[in-house]
Amino acid sequence: MANEVCLRTLDLERPWLLEQYQSRGGYAMLKKILTEKMAPEAIIEEVKKSGLRGRGGAGFPTGLKWSFISRNAPGQKYVVCNSDEGEPGTFKDRDILRYNPHQLIEGMIIAGYAIGATRGYNYIRGEFWEPYERFEQALEDARNAGFLGENLLGSGFDFELHAHLGAGAYICGEETALLESIEGKKGQPRYKPPFPAHFGLYGRPTIINNTESLASIPMIMEKGGEWFADIGVKNSGGSKLFSISGNINNPGVFEIPMGTPFSELLAMAGGMKEGHKIKAVIPGGSSAPVIPGEQMMELNMDYDSIAGAGSMLGSGAVIVLDESNCMVKILERMSYFYHEESCGQCTPCREGTGWLYRVVHRIETGQGRQEDLDLLDDVASKISGKTICALGDAAAMPVQGMLRHYRDEFQYHIDHKRCMTGVG
Amino acid sequence: MTTTIEKDKTELFTAEIRAEIDRWIAKYPTEWKQSAVMGALMVVQDNNDGWLSTQLMDQVAAYLDMPSIAVYEVATFYSMYELKPVGKHKICVCTNVSCMTNKSDVIVEHIEKKLGIGFGQVTEDGRFSLKEVECLGACGGAPMMQIGKQYYENLTPEIVDAILEGLE
Repeated sequence: MANEVCLRTLDLERPWLLEQYQSRGGYAMLKKILTEKMAPEAIIEEVKKSGLRGRGGAGFPTGLKWSFISRNAPGQKYVVCNSDEGEPGTFKDRDILRYNPHQLIEGMIIAGYAIGATRGYNYIRGEFWEPYERFEQALEDARNAGFLGENLLGSGFDFELHAHLGAGAYICGEETALLESIEGKKGQPRYKPPFPAHFGLYGRPTIINNTESLASIPMIMEKGGEWFADIGVKNSGGSKLFSISGNINNPGVFEIPMGTPFSELLAMAGGMKEGHKIKAVIPGGSSAPVIPGEQMMELNMDYDSIAGAGSMLGSGAVIVLDESNCMVKILERMSYFYHEESCGQCTPCREGTGWLYRVVHRIETGQGRQEDLDLLDDVASKISGKTICALGDAAAMPVQGMLRHYRDEFQYHIDHKRCMTGVG
Repeated sequence: MTTTIEKDKTELFTAEIRAEIDRWIAKYPTEWKQSAVMGALMVVQDNNDGWLSTQLMDQVAAYLDMPSIAVYEVATFYSMYELKPVGKHKICVCTNVSCMTNKSDVIVEHIEKKLGIGFGQVTEDGRFSLKEVECLGACGGAPMMQIGKQYYENLTPEIVDAILEGLE
């Protein structure tokens, strides 16, 4: 079973068009909700039942997040979609924006109805110009068809939705940095609490969900929370978009049930390139600790299975590496990334990410010292949990994962000032 | 008083640029004009050969009723704003893990040799500049690059040649 939820229109020609989306029953659920004046609590209940967990990486239960909003509190509330897809290895939301923008729009309107919000923003990363333009066109078509604006389909419910365009900052994928960014500021994360459900965009109650999470809502409502939950496995309801890349024959985005064996996903992606052997897998975006290939071949693609192996499912970004990769070089590149993207607000992250990078860099370039391995562990552990947002942890986790599984390669680099034989 | 300010604002940018910025302003609550700063800076940059001068940032600040420092903060924080002149075609090559393991270094070397510039530099004729960027979210097409608003994926040196030769 594949492409049942977010990519269900992918087989159509020009699937991003309104009429194509409607030919598959698109916006029918919204019409039903509005004309029957469905109870908002019933919608939140259905989403809870579906077992849908945040698809951006954190995996927080979506229905629970929605229930934190006091629906009847007076004043403006907001629905914000996080399309700031930037976790290295992740490229699924781009496909939703390009190929099924209307399902995201419908999901956001339903979310607005459920929490009593009449305005929404979709934060799209600045480099995604093509997806942004397509989303803007979809907004216009939805508005002309009466799905956005005032008094939708005569229901008395208003909903307006706009796209905000980022300008290049990984940190804006962090939800409170994203809110700061919409407010026209540097994207620096806020202290929590207060959480966005109480103090969000413009200081108002706000829910922020990932693109894939929100685009899943129309199908959950149409077919029921149980239907969705049953696609997946315990604790990991539904199907999920996996972005798989690296040294494989057919990289791409695959929407498959949670709990699918990794070996099947790898086969769908054409297997390893040119008969190479699998060495390691980064299973959930570059923040997720690496898992050795052999071990990964025994795991399933769901939250618990990957967590049980000491890593995380994250955004479902799977980077597959073959035996030609030097793990010191891979970590050097990842550490450079976090150093580049640290927003500079918290000292442990601002200073620590640069320190990690410089130490890995000197090991990679043959300048490593014996005490560097312990130093890496020490610096990483002193960033973890000591910063406002999770970027610090995201920088520390890959270091810890690499040292856990590939310490010998780091040691070899220090001893011989070059990569292990057959590597790099 | 209002009319004086309005008059000043019409002198800040051309009517076309103002219309584009106003489209951004209209997306946000009236009291949150500042939300349009990212869109406005991009509009202004696109109309100034791809970069932002201090004068332009000050004009954006005046147009949005923001302190200049608040605009500088935004312009220096986000990587897509350029604070010095760039080439007519800004070539952004991703070198993050998925691209790196698919030989983005070969692509970078090829472009460097072909154009005679490195990262952060502009060709003498001003046609091209080269920039190293972080993951652009197109790892399925690694190695990849962005030129202007367009993504180019599954690159080889030959494909890069064809793309660069096809540009004006």
